[in-house]
Amino acid sequence: MHTASMRGRYVIAGIGHTGYGKLGMDTVTLNTIACSRALQDAGVDKDRVDGLFLKTPTSSRELLYGQKVAEALGLQPRWGGAWDQGGAANITLINIAMMAIETGQCDIALVSYADNPRSGSRQVYARPRGNDAPYGWFSTAAGYGMIQRRHMAEYGTPPEAFAAVAMAARKHGAGNPGAQLRKAISYDDYLNSPWVVEPLRRDDCCLVSDGAAAVVVMSARRAAELQVPQPVPILGIGGAQTSYDLPLRDSLTTTEAVRAGKQAFEMAGLGPEDVDVAQIYDCFTITVLMTLEDYGFCTKGQVADFVRDGQIEFGGRLPVNTSGGLLSETGMPGMQLVLEGVRQIRGTARLQVPHADVALVSNQGGVMHTHSTLILGN
Amino acid sequence: MATELIPVYDAVNTTYWDEIKQGRLVYQYCSCGHAWLPPRALCPKCLGTDWTWKQASGNGELVSWVVYHVAYHPEFKNRLPYNVAIVALEEGPRLITNIVGGQDRLAVGAPVRLAIDTTREVPLAQFELA
Repeated sequence: MHTASMRGRYVIAGIGHTGYGKLGMDTVTLNTIACSRALQDAGVDKDRVDGLFLKTPTSSRELLYGQKVAEALGLQPRWGGAWDQGGAANITLINIAMMAIETGQCDIALVSYADNPRSGSRQVYARPRGNDAPYGWFSTAAGYGMIQRRHMAEYGTPPEAFAAVAMAARKHGAGNPGAQLRKAISYDDYLNSPWVVEPLRRDDCCLVSDGAAAVVVMSARRAAELQVPQPVPILGIGGAQTSYDLPLRDSLTTTEAVRAGKQAFEMAGLGPEDVDVAQIYDCFTITVLMTLEDYGFCTKGQVADFVRDGQIEFGGRLPVNTSGGLLSETGMPGMQLVLEGVRQIRGTARLQVPHADVALVSNQGGVMHTHSTLILGN
Repeated sequence: MATELIPVYDAVNTTYWDEIKQGRLVYQYCSCGHAWLPPRALCPKCLGTDWTWKQASGNGELVSWVVYHVAYHPEFKNRLPYNVAIVALEEGPRLITNIVGGQDRLAVGAPVRLAIDTTREVPLAQFELA
């Protein structure tokens, strides 16, 4: 089946999440809370769920994790397991759930993610990088610093561009009562935030958070049959990845958003000009800038002009990360962005973009290894 | 040096690290024409095994670099702020490294040359500005 004919055939039927911050709960428990709330939101009995697709908790990997969560949920799904693709996994799993349903392998799927690095261990984010550790090559942040440096050198990208991303997320998060960090920042605050791994400042880096978020995926037909109250159609979805680790890449300034975005836009029959609101994965500010460029919202290298003067803030040309993103709402890798995209299309977001017909969501993982794109709309 | 900071030597990469101890940087070169690092058993381009070790000239270019202001391991605490860089060898392979000296003069695209300090406990394929 050509992907274009999948447009609108599947829906996000329900969404649910835990609180964000330091929660002191294990990841299985967090997943069950998010899944339970998503099912409640969809108005679907858990016994109808026959697919459970989980992203592996980043900070605490366990064998047969998907089965542990299914057990805690009292489910015996035909399809169940945990997938590791870094931060791109959540949208990828929605894609896999759609394919599984389309081929008759399951009917109603839960896709969920939980992690607890704030009350557990955050060592994963600071880990030594194999045999390059004796050079001092540690952490996830440093890889993004390499990319940011190169982008600044190739395109002259100024600090104002990075600050614009941080300021928008923190402004949107400041009014979100569920956000982990609720404090707007000024350009001076940004400039004065300390170096972590130069050229990355603290305010370029996302939060470290406990939390969980889940969605229910089913066909639009099934959602109508079950009288799901607020199903949100999936118009486009796509994914791509490079296997090359950062130092081996020919280009540091192009991301897999190019291929993933193209696939999602083609399936939806839409282009960047049709997008009313975007949730762009913001593990670091450079990720947002390069994703916007690679989706085609602006010419490559010209993103500083695109984000200036509050154009990606609520009320601007393209509001980005309207619930605060990873920089302010929760550092959890990605599913919360899907939830905010759903709220925008339902018309229930706290910072509701007027007449939001098309919402775009990006997830990405590793050091820009993996990317997935979701387009929601009515 | 802490155990986790000593390279894990195996059947594939021992030659690479042994050569560095002798002050030489080698890379793998396949009969298909592909050159690469880090060491692998199969050529990642043609999946063949008809490859040899070749000594790098030591000339390269600085692709990018970062300066750590946070130590993620106690061993690096008194070295802050230190740099980690990506260098592209003129033969093609790229690697993670440090630029020794001239940290305030680093620039994307700057020519660099190999500078292995064989007196270190674990000699590394470090570089300096050319």
